[in-house]
Amino acid sequence: MRSGQASSGGTLMAVKRNWGLYLLLLPAVVLSLLFAYKPMYGILIAFKDYSPALGITESPWAGFKYFEKFFNSYQFSNTIKNTLIISLYSLVTFPIPIILALMVNQMRPNRFRRFFQTVSYMPHFISTVVMVGLMVILLSPSTGLVGNLFSLFGKEAPDLLGSSSLFSSVYVWSDVWQHVGWDSIIFIAALSAVDPSLYEAATVDGASRWHKVRFIDIPMLMPTAVTLLILRVGGLLGVGFEKVYLMQNDLNATSSEILSTYVYKIGLLSSQYSFSSAVNLFNTVINFILLIIVNQISKKISENSLW
Amino acid sequence: MGVLTPAVKESKGKIKNNRSSDTVMEVVLYVIAVLFLIILIYPLYFIVIASFSDPSAVAGGQVWLFPKGFTLDGYKELLRHSNIWIGYRNTILYTIVGTLIGLVVNISAAYALSRKDLKGRKFLSLFFIFTMFFNGGLIPTFLTVRDFHMYDTFLVMVLPFSVGVYNIIVARTFFQTSIPGDLWEAAQIDGCGNLRFFTGVVLPLSKAIIAVLGLWIAVGHWNSYFNALIYLKNPNLHPLQLILRNILITNQMQSGIGSGEAAQLALRLANMMRYSVIIVATVPIMCVYPFIQKYFNQGVMIGAVKE
Repeated sequence: MRSGQASSGGTLMAVKRNWGLYLLLLPAVVLSLLFAYKPMYGILIAFKDYSPALGITESPWAGFKYFEKFFNSYQFSNTIKNTLIISLYSLVTFPIPIILALMVNQMRPNRFRRFFQTVSYMPHFISTVVMVGLMVILLSPSTGLVGNLFSLFGKEAPDLLGSSSLFSSVYVWSDVWQHVGWDSIIFIAALSAVDPSLYEAATVDGASRWHKVRFIDIPMLMPTAVTLLILRVGGLLGVGFEKVYLMQNDLNATSSEILSTYVYKIGLLSSQYSFSSAVNLFNTVINFILLIIVNQISKKISENSLW
Repeated sequence: MGVLTPAVKESKGKIKNNRSSDTVMEVVLYVIAVLFLIILIYPLYFIVIASFSDPSAVAGGQVWLFPKGFTLDGYKELLRHSNIWIGYRNTILYTIVGTLIGLVVNISAAYALSRKDLKGRKFLSLFFIFTMFFNGGLIPTFLTVRDFHMYDTFLVMVLPFSVGVYNIIVARTFFQTSIPGDLWEAAQIDGCGNLRFFTGVVLPLSKAIIAVLGLWIAVGHWNSYFNALIYLKNPNLHPLQLILRNILITNQMQSGIGSGEAAQLALRLANMMRYSVIIVATVPIMCVYPFIQKYFNQGVMIGAVKE
């Protein structure tokens, strides 16, 4: 209020008066500068022949050599294809947590509902390592639960983890199993914010429960859903490293090599720092562009956007 | 009742119709919910009973609802592997220290950003949010950590990556919606500074968001293996998840075993241990959740809806 009419001296005053707030920000700002912004300078090595002895600044320039190397390699189309298949496949499962939230919202607020919610969150707390370990145990065609189920019917079980063609399905559906409950929380929260008088008015108008879901609940969820969808599309080429890397084996190698695992292997396992950084930068830039495009589109058609 | 207008009569009929369709919907809802619960719970239940069963019965598909050939050998076997307990100790230390650091860094930054009278608020928010969508990538970040001599240290597991932008956004929203602005004005009149206001007034009012973020951060530390994989070499610093990976997925436990009866026994024990180690590694972090659930429902809900 007072600073509204003040000059730059007023700004200084405002900063001085609130020095405590800047002190509170200090740790997060310093850590971000050191471990998020400083590495951005290191991206330069994607355009250089990086040598650890010379350091980032002194290493000789290489231009787009490493980008060309990637574009011309067999792994270029392979990793991008695999990454896209997995992320588009997961995108298809995007409505499942919404459906779950609508279901939970229809349940009477009693013990069953609480039990249901608690149980549906539980798998989220399993670590990626344990999750893949569970899959190795349960999906084993010879000794696992799946193997036993199939032999119960006298059939031979497929080797789910050792199959290239099933890799994306196993990845995506195990993810749904693990996170659907957790991902539904945000939608349940949005539904709990619906004004009860809307339902009352609908009842007076003779709406059935299905009508209420269709014409009240679903529209209420749209803003949240669109926001999350934008973020998901922005991360289309950003399939996480952790789970895919753990699920990789010799049998599924052709469809399980994605951008992030490739970056790790050429970078840290075979120490081609510049090449790895080039692949990584390519990935980041595409993600960034996708995010901006999707955000623009969504702004135009639905007035929902991140910024 | 004879004075009902035709319109009301019609709507009464509609409501009756809707009642029966509502009942159908109710039945379908609970049938799906129960099926869903079974799919979620059974794999976890199976691991629990398998951990108490004779491994040959598990492999032979005889374990379905109850343990068969009850034994504690799998758990006894765990005691013999000191690296599991070293990993356990490390994970507990990383989780406690990392969660404390994460809470201090993120909560204090979030509070400062929630204050409308903070000069440069918009720029500072952007400064953090940008790092969500753009980063240096694996190798430049790795090189930065190494330059700071943090490679293969305790510190790298708890400090450099403790800024969580999403956490800051959620906490900022919480402060904006649940700490009334007049509170600060009143405190100011009493001559209370920003820091004393933050520690004396804001924090005691913010137990919910502290609990929720604490849970998120703690689960993240407990479950992560990526940073350890990249930044740790010394086995005495390895967290539990990295050791689990060897036991569950890469099966390093079985290598180096000879042949014959001794090898058979070792293989048997290694197999049993896979089940017991999952239980021992997962139960502690799952137990934290119910204690925090009540805060969780208040805290996240607020942060999520208003985002």
